Amino acid sequence: MTGTPSLAVFKFASCDGCQLTLLDCEDELLTLAGQVRIAHFTEASSQVLPGPYDIALVEGSITTAEDAERIRRVRDQCTTLVTVGACATAGGIQALRNGADIEEFRAVVYASPGYIDTLATSTPISAHVPVDLELRGCPIDRTQLLETISALLVGRRPDLPDTSVCTECKRRGLTCVTVAEAIPCLGPVTHAGCGALCPAVNRGCYGCFGPMTGANVPAMAERLREVGMRPRTVDLVLTTFNGSAFHTAVPITRTGHR
Amino acid sequence: MTDRRLSVGALARVEGEGALRIVVADRQVTAAELRIYEPPRFFEAFLRGRSYTEVSDITSRVCGICPVAYQTSAWNAVEDVCGVEPGQDIAALRRLLYCGEWISSHALHIYLLHAPDFLGLPDGIALANTRRDVVERGLRLKKAGNTILQTVGGRAIHPVNPRLGGFHRAPTVAELRALEGPLRQALEDALETVRWVSSFEFPDVEFDGELLAAHHPEHYAIENGQVATSGGLRFPAHRFPDHVVEHQVQHSTALHATLDGARYLTGPLARYSINSAQLSPMAKEAAAAAGLGTTCRNPYRSIVVRAVEAAYAVEEALRLIRAYRRPSRPYVEVPPVAGTGHGISEAPRGLLYHRYRLDADGVIESATIIPPTSQNQAAMEDDLRRTAAGNLHLDDAALTALCERTIRNHDPCISCAAHFLDLTVERL
Repeated sequence: MTGTPSLAVFKFASCDGCQLTLLDCEDELLTLAGQVRIAHFTEASSQVLPGPYDIALVEGSITTAEDAERIRRVRDQCTTLVTVGACATAGGIQALRNGADIEEFRAVVYASPGYIDTLATSTPISAHVPVDLELRGCPIDRTQLLETISALLVGRRPDLPDTSVCTECKRRGLTCVTVAEAIPCLGPVTHAGCGALCPAVNRGCYGCFGPMTGANVPAMAERLREVGMRPRTVDLVLTTFNGSAFHTAVPITRTGHR
Repeated sequence: MTDRRLSVGALARVEGEGALRIVVADRQVTAAELRIYEPPRFFEAFLRGRSYTEVSDITSRVCGICPVAYQTSAWNAVEDVCGVEPGQDIAALRRLLYCGEWISSHALHIYLLHAPDFLGLPDGIALANTRRDVVERGLRLKKAGNTILQTVGGRAIHPVNPRLGGFHRAPTVAELRALEGPLRQALEDALETVRWVSSFEFPDVEFDGELLAAHHPEHYAIENGQVATSGGLRFPAHRFPDHVVEHQVQHSTALHATLDGARYLTGPLARYSINSAQLSPMAKEAAAAAGLGTTCRNPYRSIVVRAVEAAYAVEEALRLIRAYRRPSRPYVEVPPVAGTGHGISEAPRGLLYHRYRLDADGVIESATIIPPTSQNQAAMEDDLRRTAAGNLHLDDAALTALCERTIRNHDPCISCAAHFLDLTVERL
């Protein structure tokens, strides 16, 4: 990066929560604005500067044919593409359509379904273009976002642990909700990053950061059934916020081989 | 006179993806459309078959700016089906949580999205170049709202602590008392915000249709209430479908909601005009000093109303924190009941209606969500048409900019609306 690096934010199918996380950096926003040129951030500015861009944050999943084209144009215009949040990294909650009858879905929500241009699936950005870094979560964590931007600005790799929520839970000294109260918790298979928010309020993790590296989901599913969850519910909790990411996770075996 | 076509391909400083299209032929505005091209996400379809306990976590994902509104309207509807009222202590905690969302969302809209229009700037960052102190004040106010959301809700965006029947964990008295310091500062900041925005220049226009807002007999309605209109109608949430109908109009592919057949407006102007007598003395005084009467129908002045509401929400949060008693149980059990329930609450940008039909096991059979932006679509387009018609002497760039402002006055939440409006994907 030469001169002041440029930052762009692009939105696809999403709730805006992940790009809002950037504006939620109340203490750091003005400092950050002094270090980068915010060149394209439609939610926050009516000034749009042309690419190329040094860093692009991409929120949302691909759900229309036009967006499948648009993400290619975005990729061509940016040096480092960072996907932010469960929609961009895994298809998001709208991936609940995947495998359903999309025509029927259209008719349920819209009076004139013919007008609705949509694909039958909601897919992550990485299914369409190469992605340089991904930030997990529904929504992403503010601290991880700042860490990522800061690291990219100085040219180092961001510190984004790919261990489980359990490690964060233990580090906070929280009592395990499953062990102590038999509350179903996806912490053992869920990617770290939130800081164990749910166990901190006496609730089981619901997996909004998607699977950790090497998550042993079959063992997790068995444990959930043991604490009394019905098989259909087990399937639903594993597929709500991150598409099929939990089901396609590849466990690391005891010897460390995949 | 040649025909004029104005378009804005991607509306800036609004939540979500929308576009404008204005056509002027022979000095008449023949089309004024707010196009929503945000892709649909089908919440109402995939909610079917899910458990009634999941609606708040799922529907909060409709909107990252007002997730608490979605969670609240969802509980109100489901608890209505099941015939459960969680009691005063939990109700107070829910109101506190919602105050956090109002403060945060209003500060965001006032400082980063709306004020730049009055100052001729592209964004809040440009404002910070000359008035860093002003933007810092806005961000501090926004942070105070987020701090409430984090302390009570566990997370600012898509809070994890709220649940059907209450909360997973009730915060301790000490945890809430720790918010008092930042909130006292926030009250000063909010009152200063009212003074600051009241100095802006406001074009002289008025919305002439019906206004619709939640109304509660005991306080300025936020997290629940009945539905009230400026014409004097009062009805409970379950009568909402009798009065509000969504239908298609010829000039647009968007569904427009009407109130007893007429276009109407929900949001800060409606809330203020219907409920301003219930504001606190301090908020009333600030409103009067800012030049507001007891009603306000000027969409440009919605920024003043938002500032007054932010001040009220901070004051209300302080009151709720001082009166807080930690509930003995953080939630009440809500056993499933077969039936249909209705819920409303006042999202920062207007009334949000949810309806669910459950079976005896609590499985959702059908879901209907009518967000404020969908309700305001007809009013926004009418505003656009009148603004364009009244300012044809401006050149294209100036007229286009004015039309964009017209939409931003209403703080539309397009991600919300997209899931419930018909739409085209025409990119202009």
